[in-house]
Amino acid sequence: MLRHAFSKKNRTLLAELVRTDFKLRYQGSVLGYAWSLLRPLLLFLILYVVFVKFLKLGKGIPHFPVYLLLGIVVWNFFSEMTNQSLTSIVGRGSLIRKIRIPRWIIILSSSISSLINLFLNLIVVGIFMVINHVELTGTVIWLPLILLEVYVLALGLSLFLSALYVKYRDISYIWEVILQAGFYLTPIIYPLALITNITFQKLIMLNPMAQSIQGARYSVISHQTITAYQVFGGGWYRFIPFILVGLAFLGGLLYFKSQAKYFAENI
Amino acid sequence: MPSNKLLENSNEAAIKVEGLSKTFKLPHEKYTSVKSIFVNFYKRKRTYELQQALKDISFEIKKGEFFGIIGRNGSGKSTLLKLIAGIYTPTKGDIKINGSLTPFIELGVGFNDQLTGRENVYLNGALLGFNRKEMNAMYKDIVEFAELEKFMDQKLKNYSSGMQVRLAFSIAIRARSDILLLDEVLAVGDAAFRKKCVEVFHNLKKQGRTIVLVSHDTVQIERFCDKVAVVDKGKIVQISRPSKAIEVYDELNKDEETDRSESRMLKITKSDEVLPQPGYKPVAIEVTDKDKEITITLPFRLNRDLPEDTVAAVTIEDEDAHTIYAYATDHDNTKIELKNAGKKQLAFTISNVFPEGRYFVDAGIFSKDRAITYLRLDNLAKIGCRGLPQKEWLIRAPTKLELK
Repeated sequence: MLRHAFSKKNRTLLAELVRTDFKLRYQGSVLGYAWSLLRPLLLFLILYVVFVKFLKLGKGIPHFPVYLLLGIVVWNFFSEMTNQSLTSIVGRGSLIRKIRIPRWIIILSSSISSLINLFLNLIVVGIFMVINHVELTGTVIWLPLILLEVYVLALGLSLFLSALYVKYRDISYIWEVILQAGFYLTPIIYPLALITNITFQKLIMLNPMAQSIQGARYSVISHQTITAYQVFGGGWYRFIPFILVGLAFLGGLLYFKSQAKYFAENI
Repeated sequence: MPSNKLLENSNEAAIKVEGLSKTFKLPHEKYTSVKSIFVNFYKRKRTYELQQALKDISFEIKKGEFFGIIGRNGSGKSTLLKLIAGIYTPTKGDIKINGSLTPFIELGVGFNDQLTGRENVYLNGALLGFNRKEMNAMYKDIVEFAELEKFMDQKLKNYSSGMQVRLAFSIAIRARSDILLLDEVLAVGDAAFRKKCVEVFHNLKKQGRTIVLVSHDTVQIERFCDKVAVVDKGKIVQISRPSKAIEVYDELNKDEETDRSESRMLKITKSDEVLPQPGYKPVAIEVTDKDKEITITLPFRLNRDLPEDTVAAVTIEDEDAHTIYAYATDHDNTKIELKNAGKKQLAFTISNVFPEGRYFVDAGIFSKDRAITYLRLDNLAKIGCRGLPQKEWLIRAPTKLELK
């Protein structure tokens, strides 16, 4: 099954779709690809001025600007990937109605475009880290695993949302609201320590995005970051975020599989 | 890979279709929003129509055969092709494919206007399963065959439709599958290019490849096909040599012309306030030049009093679906009093201004702003006008002549 999935033919197609995606994404814009770096940077600048300079958030946290930027970059990856995948099946409707290709390739290709963007953004984070004199420790090896977790979560949701969107076009609006809420319910612009109620802290850290963003910050920037492990004091429910990721992926995959047969006639 | 081996055992089936049915669920109102589910759930009025596009079809295509599928619009031939290609999933039945199959049914799938010709060649090639290396090797041939050497670095949006088809066709014929599926291909392109295509088809045939061609162009079908299936109303009505199949197909077309009203089905939209007469059948009205007037009646059952400004309307279409006449009571402020529940009938009397031909009548009762349809009958009557001058105009308006 998996060997078939990554046959030479499918790999070629995937590569070509990603290439096309990238060519078309910033076509007709003067700055082109630079926008994929500029967008998160500009957002970062706004949040930095408002929350760090005006509201003085993140005082006790070393390297807070980089800490903030990393959170934004990881969240941005998640929101961009799910948003773009959501419309990707419907967007490629003409293809689906006229050719037999594995449907999941479309989701995978849009997810890879987002991954490429993430890596470009991480390079920028790296540059900021050097400027900010952030000292790397051995925990940095956890970062790829944490990013993999975010990717698997986003992939599961992308599969689910894109298949649902074929039937119900409201999903794009609903997802927009959920993402907006998620942005504020995840400790991205504020440090988790600001929430003094320990129960709320625990609830927030059940969210895989909160857990992974805090984890990424811990592994790369500062060991003073509060991680899920600390919040839950090593209790068994520190595994809940991972279980949620697994469920999202499995559920998304199964739903997508059950619906994919009918995409051609439902779009 | 195609090989001469295929020619030897040409009795082997390349495609075997058994008991194939396909039903589409067509919602009366497309529910593409969550709100509409709730609203309609609340109303308990989730109506949809089941459209059976293919009904229990079985047939076999032999290896090396050039197989044609012919049928009128909406007969189900494209659905059949999409099922064979694996784009649709059968509702019932089974399709066995022996050998590799091209995944596309149309030329130029995935072509993008914003990309250059060159980029499109590689993208389209990838959809057919070729990697960059293989595409590099055949790129020159593709461009040469399409005669587009000078245009490859231009964006596709600057290509003419003929150029696009040429490019798409040159890529498509590189596909190495044993079975090729093609839906209406040779419609575009100049004479010289068409001649090239013919050569390609003959070559493919010689190589022993199986080709399935869907078309309603009888010339194409007769020219290439060894065997032809005629599809009508979701069923195969004939499988035979092209000449015989085309006869059957022509016969079907004649039937359609003489009895087009059958394809125009009565369609009723009703409401709680007004119901149609139970078991209403469309009427045929025959008119000659002696008739000065045509009367169209709309029988119905009124359940509730309707507002005073309720509108009754009638429209008449010709065979080409042009609305040539329309009347609504609010055009001339005619009042209709729809009160006292019970059986009623509206009669529209129109002066006979129609030239020779056949016409189709829709009539209905609506709220003043047309937001509510109380009752609407599409194709409730068919008018045949005879003994009149041939149709060279749309209306024969009564005219007064005065010499001064």
